[in-house]
Amino acid sequence: MAFDITINGTLRSIDVDGDTPLLWALRDVLGMTGTKFGCGMALCGACTVHLDGSAVRSCVTTIDSVGDSKITTIEAVGATAAGARIQKAWLQHEVAQCGYCQSGQIMSASALLAGNAHPTDADIDDAMSGNICRCGTYVRIREAIKLAAQSPAREG
Amino acid sequence: MIHHRIAPTASYADLSRRNFLVNSAVAGSGLVLSLMLPFGQGKAVGAEDFTPNAFIRIGADGEIVLTMPYVEMGQGTYTSIPTLIAEELEVELKQIRLEHAPPNEKLYANPLLGVQATGNSNAIRGAWRPLREAGATARIMLIAAAAKRWGVDVASCRAEDGRVIHTASGRQLRYGELAAGAAQMPVPNDVVLKRPEEFKLIGTPAKRLDAAGKVNGSAVYGIDARPPGVKIATLAQSPVFGGRLKSVDDAAARAVKGVRQIVRLDDAVAIVADHMGAAKKGLEALKIEWDEGPHAGLSTQDIAHELEQATLKAGTVAQNNGDADKAMANAETKVEANYQLPFLAHATMEPMNCTAHFRGGECEIWVGTQAIARVQAMVAKAAGLPVEKVIIHNHLIGGGFGRRLEADGAVRAVEIAKQVDGPVKVVWTREEDIQHDMYRPYWVDRIAAGLDKDGKPVAWSNRFAGSSVIARWLPPAFKDGLDPDTTEGAIDLVYALPNFHVEYVRVEPPGIPTAFWRSVGPSHNVFVTESFIDELAAAARQDAVAYRRALLDHNLRAKAVLDLAAEKADWGAPLPKGRGRGIALQYAFGSYLAQVAEVEVARDGSVRVHRVVCAMDCGTVVNPDTVQAQIQSGVMFGVTAALYGEITLKKGRIEQANFDTYQMLRINEAPAIDVHVVRSTEPPGGMGEAGTSGIVPAIANAVFAATGKRLRKMPIDAETLKA
Repeated sequence: MAFDITINGTLRSIDVDGDTPLLWALRDVLGMTGTKFGCGMALCGACTVHLDGSAVRSCVTTIDSVGDSKITTIEAVGATAAGARIQKAWLQHEVAQCGYCQSGQIMSASALLAGNAHPTDADIDDAMSGNICRCGTYVRIREAIKLAAQSPAREG
Repeated sequence: MIHHRIAPTASYADLSRRNFLVNSAVAGSGLVLSLMLPFGQGKAVGAEDFTPNAFIRIGADGEIVLTMPYVEMGQGTYTSIPTLIAEELEVELKQIRLEHAPPNEKLYANPLLGVQATGNSNAIRGAWRPLREAGATARIMLIAAAAKRWGVDVASCRAEDGRVIHTASGRQLRYGELAAGAAQMPVPNDVVLKRPEEFKLIGTPAKRLDAAGKVNGSAVYGIDARPPGVKIATLAQSPVFGGRLKSVDDAAARAVKGVRQIVRLDDAVAIVADHMGAAKKGLEALKIEWDEGPHAGLSTQDIAHELEQATLKAGTVAQNNGDADKAMANAETKVEANYQLPFLAHATMEPMNCTAHFRGGECEIWVGTQAIARVQAMVAKAAGLPVEKVIIHNHLIGGGFGRRLEADGAVRAVEIAKQVDGPVKVVWTREEDIQHDMYRPYWVDRIAAGLDKDGKPVAWSNRFAGSSVIARWLPPAFKDGLDPDTTEGAIDLVYALPNFHVEYVRVEPPGIPTAFWRSVGPSHNVFVTESFIDELAAAARQDAVAYRRALLDHNLRAKAVLDLAAEKADWGAPLPKGRGRGIALQYAFGSYLAQVAEVEVARDGSVRVHRVVCAMDCGTVVNPDTVQAQIQSGVMFGVTAALYGEITLKKGRIEQANFDTYQMLRINEAPAIDVHVVRSTEPPGGMGEAGTSGIVPAIANAVFAATGKRLRKMPIDAETLKA
């Protein structure tokens, strides 16, 4: 059956089995390739998206579980205040190397900042330890989150 | 505000999207980095274009396109290589557009490898002269064209910001306006390159040109290729290397919604589907029987035993100075040790993938590869086509680390594509990626040294056994039992070591393929030599830094980084119980690097790396921020290896499968890293891998300092460190 879900503010109809992970609906059905596949078991965070503002792993979020919740992906997170600040800080600190995990890192960091204006190191560890970066950009991820937290909320 | 817009252009024509991106990029004032893919996508070279060499194209419309001979996999090469060209061409980085190089060994071979490949931390080393010369050549011809047009002496003109200026009159012409004329000018034979004090770009932090697309999801990796009509496939390969497919019951898989086709190969099965979700579900529904073949009983212990035995027999002499046997016999003290390093997987965050469209008479490939010409050649062979009938599009790479120097993934995709009507993207599950990697070799080293009465080494003897990746990958470079990679870090040490003898015994393990892994030869050899030097210092009851320092009077660059690292790390300052500092020093990839690790060993034996201080002399720095980033990256990669990295075989099967059983360092475990760079005008050294090889022994030496327990086998086994 087809599932109607709201992605980045647009209602999309996706005709797949209900147990299909959201990740594949995004990447292969809708062609939104910014969300990445890393492990398929919620171990690496590369596929992180927002479900009603919370960071979730789309590789284990089945399409039939989404319902009326609103999905935000990396393609649109820049339209949120926290997402824009995180992206800007990522550029200022030159976080990305290969960049493959960074969509997921940015989605996790944006959700953190949206819910916690001044995250501590422990908060950052809690929110970000589900996201693996094989290039080891962790030092800069931490710095960039702190920078984003310091930047004026209205600036984008 | 995001100032830089990147217009990633997919390899298939998606004109409306491309026009949108180009227009929006023009509307914004920033850089357009359009990662155009080479065949039929980049604009054809026009008669009015200026193409002085294979790296630069200046259009009559003023567009400056640089073709990148090395591929971007995170190391910053798509910023630093353009910097070399732009420095001499006298353009700003924001004025250029980049393209991936097509396969062409003649035009784009890496001068240090002799083949078109990105690896061994040598892009900047290889490009340092030729690509500055490429820029200078173009500049000279542009100036000549302007001088001719104005009827003035070339010496009265200069180039600046993409224009030629006649200094006396102030007249100027943009490069685009000069393109057609420059193409008619003679190519200069000898070009004089800038002196370091004249550099405008080299040595100045430059913002990465690939950054913007990597924060908004628009960067296009191989796995993101979507040619029209593409199907998605995933596969199961024989769980034992060398095994064959015996039978498949695919009834349940065929019933999965979205599954289109089951492809049988000699040693693999693939499910072709509308999307990866259906392909994975179909794969899980298959009932597969394998003929496991000759390696069905193989275990890691068998391989380790074979390698240990191999170190008892003579190998090929890699280096010999003086008479190590005689000096050893006369030494006051003899120190002996055996070291072992495990197989390691690459675990790039972008799992292995390749998209292939086999059309009978030709084959089109979309992939991110470190070795595009190699992939083209091997695809041609697998497809039964001449090389020129293989069209290949390179992409950004979501982690290379040596994995994408191999063509096995592309060959697999072609084998599958030959049975599929239309393009098919073959995406490996993480489990397949880890269990069918080509692995960093297992190593066994048998090493000994003789010390005089003052503890100074007077004899050094090392014999190690393991796989030569070069012998398979680049056979001509494996000569008389040796190759330059396998021995790097084991010979030509930074220290003054008289009576020095090193032998290599090549042993190719059965049932497990080996490959290059970030920091390659030094990832093995630096662990052994820097751990063993530490053992000698301990045997001599001397400070680990002072002991090394006393062997460096002839090597001032090495001594300088050792001193700098020790100073910045507060070497010698007291630490709480359970903590220790360890140092490692190396010359590898053309760079000197000293690293101090500060670790804490808990009562349960678990090790935490708190802080790492790095001091390096990598010669001339092209982009200081990239050097910092690469050292940080290399360190994290090495910490992962030291704490967790181990691939093991049982009954011929790889026991690890995903990030739960093959762990990666995470942010909550990441050390603070300080990087200090020695100013230098020497030619640049490599930086992409250096941080990885040195940190592993630095950690092991720090554990020794904290606990008195010497780690001679990686990864760290917490059981052995329990209080």
